Amino acid sequence: MSFVEYEELIKEGDTAIIFLGHGSMFPVQVQRGAQTQTKYGVIRHSAHLIGQPFGSRVTCSKGGWVYVLHPTPELWTLNLPHRTQILYSTDISIITMMLELKPGSVVCESGTGSGSLSHAIIRTVAPTGHLHTVEFHQQRAQKAEEEFREHRVDRWVTVRNQDVCKNGFGVSHVADAVFLDIPSPWEAIGHAKDALKVEGGRLCSFSPCIEQVQRTCQALAEHGFIEVTTLEILLREYNVRTANLPLPDLGGALDPLPVLGEAQFKIGVPLRETVGHTGYLTFASKSLF
Amino acid sequence: MENSVEQPRQQDHLIRDGDFVVLKREDVFKAVQVQRRKKVTFEKQWFFLDNVIGHSYGTTFEVSSGGNLQPKKMMEEITSETKEAGIDNRNIVDDGKSQKLTQDDIKALKDKGIKGEEIVQQLIENSTTFRDKTEFAQDKYIKKKKKKYEAIITVVKPSTRILSIMYYAREPGKINYMRYDTLAQMLTLGNIHAGNKMIVMETCAGLVLGAVMERMGGFGSIIQMYPGGGPVRAATTCFGFPKSFFNSLYEFPLGKVNCLLNGTFSSKALPSESKDSISVEENNGTLLDDLQTSPKEIEENIVEVIENNHPQQETMEVISQEPEYKEHKERGNKKDYIQEFQRKQEQQKKRQIEAATLLNERNADGLIIASRYHPTPLALSLLEFVAPSRPFVVYCHYKEPLVECYTKLRERGGVINLRLSETWLRNYQVLPDRSHPKLMMSGGGGYLLSGITVANDKQKSESCVLELQKTEEPTAKKRKVQESDS
Repeated sequence: MSFVEYEELIKEGDTAIIFLGHGSMFPVQVQRGAQTQTKYGVIRHSAHLIGQPFGSRVTCSKGGWVYVLHPTPELWTLNLPHRTQILYSTDISIITMMLELKPGSVVCESGTGSGSLSHAIIRTVAPTGHLHTVEFHQQRAQKAEEEFREHRVDRWVTVRNQDVCKNGFGVSHVADAVFLDIPSPWEAIGHAKDALKVEGGRLCSFSPCIEQVQRTCQALAEHGFIEVTTLEILLREYNVRTANLPLPDLGGALDPLPVLGEAQFKIGVPLRETVGHTGYLTFASKSLF
Repeated sequence: MENSVEQPRQQDHLIRDGDFVVLKREDVFKAVQVQRRKKVTFEKQWFFLDNVIGHSYGTTFEVSSGGNLQPKKMMEEITSETKEAGIDNRNIVDDGKSQKLTQDDIKALKDKGIKGEEIVQQLIENSTTFRDKTEFAQDKYIKKKKKKYEAIITVVKPSTRILSIMYYAREPGKINYMRYDTLAQMLTLGNIHAGNKMIVMETCAGLVLGAVMERMGGFGSIIQMYPGGGPVRAATTCFGFPKSFFNSLYEFPLGKVNCLLNGTFSSKALPSESKDSISVEENNGTLLDDLQTSPKEIEENIVEVIENNHPQQETMEVISQEPEYKEHKERGNKKDYIQEFQRKQEQQKKRQIEAATLLNERNADGLIIASRYHPTPLALSLLEFVAPSRPFVVYCHYKEPLVECYTKLRERGGVINLRLSETWLRNYQVLPDRSHPKLMMSGGGGYLLSGITVANDKQKSESCVLELQKTEEPTAKKRKVQESDS
């Protein structure tokens, strides 16, 4: 397994996702002889996981069963250890498309944070592209590097422990796209411009506050970026349910035996409470001139 | 351009003759192929693209007399030295007399070949109210007038971003009203990446297929399932992919899916195929229509495509004649034509058998459905070809069919983590002290049902039905627990 290539069977050293049902899941590092406790009992890695196909149903010691899934950046986003606030797949999707990422793209990112977006970028730019990710927090940078190795994607990523606002991305004129998720993105726009290829490229900045966006947009204009747009994307989930509505008794029935009862139908109900804001996404293109 | 200090290794960023490009004016896009001495009409203007050849993508041009394009420096904004500005609009009355230039005056200026920039300047000078407008309103006025009179066109490289925005703005009906952020979700939720073996069933003019191809970068394989006579790839062509990308693109007719599933599909069935099922389809296919089709008919087909478009909007350029087709026309030799046709037919048969083999392995790495058909039968049968532990995404313009699809998939089993969703997209105006959401937003960009396949045998599917009953109708208590979890 690797996060950029599907494999059929589970091997030692793989990261697998244990799916318990109802959206509840967690990642495991598959190791010969290791055991994992779940609410349905123990999973023995040697017996239950190694050599089995991804997607198999595993019966745990107490008789309950779980599914073992092949990791994907999207499943990782839902399961990764949070060291920071992370980006979720809804925002990641539009970032990836608006930055025009594809195999072969070279991308600069800061900060690395918990690596949620990093994994998605690496997946998209492999096997011919590269991610340069910059994180000013030393432990976070180290931890991210470890995870990239564990997930067998380290050859497509370079982690740098430095402050992007002071020292930039450590590369210049190589990037097709730059992504910023830092508290003061306006301080890094100059470095972003320098990282982008001479013939141009795309930039995205993620900020939760509109004041940050305003300063960023001003800096983008000052540095000659064009096509500056700001947008916000929200996920609306629906639960599928069977609903029943009682039919009202209007009295004075014409039928001798009024058939009262319920009407039943399938519906998609919006969640009672949902995420209402993640951040504003500002996109821009580096001008040729 | 001489502005590029370093000469990049590849010349990919230069526009070449024959390239598929996108023209951009403000927020309006149009996809065209660069061809010498070919008249292009865009935003009520016509011009030739000859002069763009050799320039970098992203270069901006101005339309000059005779329809020639001249490169223009972007940054020379008119720094209108209008220091005078009003405080508010209390003294501005809309009497229709504030502009002293008449329509005829403006037309005369245009006819004299005066540049858009200068026309805007004259409009400002001849506006009696301009000086009383607030600074903000002045900016807005200039911007509006520039948009109207300056003929500035940027040539950009096609991409999923640009083409999906273009289609959604201009011909949403052709892509089943799928908003571009919905397409973005599909590509991510489907874990589309290099090396995948993907099944794509779409009736979105080939836009979704193109997006998948872009994300796979020519690595891996794609099987496009198509209804009717042949796959539609009008939008796919606009991406301008290298030829190699098409080597691993297969197509398989939807009408033979059941045969494949119940094992009655055989290569023997192919030769008896009627001609019309081979006949092609879309206006820009590389395959030839059947023998009876005269060049005239093909041309009419293109015209039809153009007429189908919204009359006020300009059409996207339809790429009319493939080089191969031209060759035939020139030769005009019927014998060669027939031989060529038979060769193509043979090749097509071979490709179909290859596609069938790929599907029969039942180990696809994902499934993308985005069509005008009801999603349930498509999802139920095409999921059979997908390996366990792989994502799938089903798009529908409406929510209700996906609710049904969700229910049927739960009954079938072999899928987990089903999620029905849509996205909201809101654009913002960001200006110092004047930032707010744009006044208009899209009311809906379609719905998605996504999930992950898992191992599914008969017993398991039974227990899944049990699970379905458990999970689908949670008691009030269970629901509470779930909510407190989140």
